[in-house]
Amino acid sequence: MPTVAGLVAIVFVVSHIIPSDPAALVAGEAATPEQIAAVRKKLGFDQPMHVQLGAYFWKLMQGDMGNSLFTTRPVWDDLSGRLPATIELTLAAMAVSTLVGVPLGVVAALRRNTWLDHAVRVITVGGLAVASFWLAILLQLLFSMELGWAPLNARLQGFPPPAVTGLLTIDALIAGNLGVLGKALAHLALPTITLAVPGLATLVRFTRAGVLDVLQSGFVQYQRAMGIPWRVIVWKYVLRNALVSTVTQIGLLFGILLAGAVVVETVFDWPGIGNYAFNAIFSSDYNAIVGFTLWAGTVFILVNLLVDLAHSAIDPREARS
Amino acid sequence: MAAADILAVRDLAVAFASDAGLAQVLDRVNLTIRRGEVMGLVGESGCGKSTLARAVLGVLPENAARIGGGRVMFDGEDLLRIGPEEMSDRVRGRRITFIPQDPYGSFNPLFSVGDQVMEIMRWKSKRRPEGERGYPRARRAADRAEAIELLRQVQIPEPEAALSKLPHEFSGGQRQRLMIAMALLPQPDLIIADEPTTALDVTIQAQILRLLRKLVKGRGISVLFTTHDMGTAHEICDRITVLYAGQEMETAPVDAFFVRPAHQYTARLLDSLPNPDREIREIGGEIPRLIDPPQGCRFHPRCAAATDICRSQRPDERAVAAGHVVRCHHPHEGARHAA
Repeated sequence: MPTVAGLVAIVFVVSHIIPSDPAALVAGEAATPEQIAAVRKKLGFDQPMHVQLGAYFWKLMQGDMGNSLFTTRPVWDDLSGRLPATIELTLAAMAVSTLVGVPLGVVAALRRNTWLDHAVRVITVGGLAVASFWLAILLQLLFSMELGWAPLNARLQGFPPPAVTGLLTIDALIAGNLGVLGKALAHLALPTITLAVPGLATLVRFTRAGVLDVLQSGFVQYQRAMGIPWRVIVWKYVLRNALVSTVTQIGLLFGILLAGAVVVETVFDWPGIGNYAFNAIFSSDYNAIVGFTLWAGTVFILVNLLVDLAHSAIDPREARS
Repeated sequence: MAAADILAVRDLAVAFASDAGLAQVLDRVNLTIRRGEVMGLVGESGCGKSTLARAVLGVLPENAARIGGGRVMFDGEDLLRIGPEEMSDRVRGRRITFIPQDPYGSFNPLFSVGDQVMEIMRWKSKRRPEGERGYPRARRAADRAEAIELLRQVQIPEPEAALSKLPHEFSGGQRQRLMIAMALLPQPDLIIADEPTTALDVTIQAQILRLLRKLVKGRGISVLFTTHDMGTAHEICDRITVLYAGQEMETAPVDAFFVRPAHQYTARLLDSLPNPDREIREIGGEIPRLIDPPQGCRFHPRCAAATDICRSQRPDERAVAAGHVVRCHHPHEGARHAA
């Protein structure tokens, strides 16, 4: 909690220091200086910084994140309406990075210095180097414009399945509506790939290094000397040892995903929180910016908590100490 | 090989590729282990003991090791002619098992001892029918009972509770007892013990050696026991082969080995041991480089008795007594000292 509070304070101060005047924007182009000053006073922007910050925290403790200057609705309502879209996208990207990246890393390690390993290395280095917005445009050109396999952008709209989780794919699955599921997945595909690529590349490299390291250890040589099948040694024993460091990496990856979501959601016009934050920053919408920060910080801390739990699940020595 | 032999290594040559060149680690080595005997393979570090042990198991490093010739006859079958899959499935862990040098690093720290013991039983238990992929409940229960009984025999306290513990919860000595149990569980014909007591305290070493000897003798299992420690070899072995720079020098029953060593190298090696009656006498000179090894007998550059023939021709086997074979042009005469 103190971490999140500190984070909020920093972002609050930084966003207010930036030389821009949201009051002028709110008041409109034709407003006179007197009208702008009135708006500024009404919004409390004429107060000293520490007073504004104190007031913000006071309201925050009562569960009030303030109103957005532009949608004029409570920031919490804006955020919660957009949460499912972002959660669906980040979870999908997370799943793709992990489910593709980890096995690819293991295979690259086992086939070290073969053409397969080299091919994987080229792809991962490329994946790390490429800018998300550029990759997004390439994917759109190829799969939407040329091949017509996936919709150009935006989340599935129109007739959503009955909302249970708010995640369209999961809800469609619960409702048993495979047609909607297919469409939701098609909409989800390109943003997910774009968002997943940098994390996937990181995970491949980490897993490969981890597996190579573990393959040298005495217990692998022992099990080999005892004739335990190689596939069992690798996928049951070596993988678990390698995952200890990979899981830490997955936790850090979530930070990359949150930042990436801002870009990806903007390019694909995905109605999520990243998109919202992007607009908020451009219009100096203080409450919305700090609200997004609060959300991102909390999620990041929760994810790291999960990483700790995963660690004790993988490494029984931690669980017992 | 005679029917009384379980293992006969014949003229085995192994080289290792390195950046500096090809190291001739084993030069046409011969070694015979009779059924039910503990054969010691002794020599200094780097003499090729572990390489020989690994060659028998078929676990030489794939990319570096080159087998240059010879045979590894195990129970009438040349192991060098068996493919890697079959070697792993049918021979390793089943007919030949392994006790490693390092009981700390040889357990996976993330899995309970029970997981790791039962992994061996799952694939290598005598109850497993050929090619069975699953692990039926009935066999698992029987295997587990057998494992617990064997843990009791290697004197692990509360064997049932021990199975659910993690490796780091055991001492080094206990871990090596567990390793011995794991080597015995598949009821093999041969155990390869690669310096199994080197990592342990001296006081623990003697206990482990006595325990291992008792258990293998009771079951009629043969052992290839590598060590650089003469005291350890004396304690546990029936016969000893001494290896120098990748060539076997002498093979003798344990008493003859220590009392009447016939090879110049063996005699010098034993003289270099600490002895309260006299000062230590070093061998002098250095272990040869294996990338460009000496011709003939590889010990000749350090040997006081060496003559021209030693420099050009590797000596043939020569029997100096029953079961006592030496490969030396100028074998040592007479008893060295009383045991």
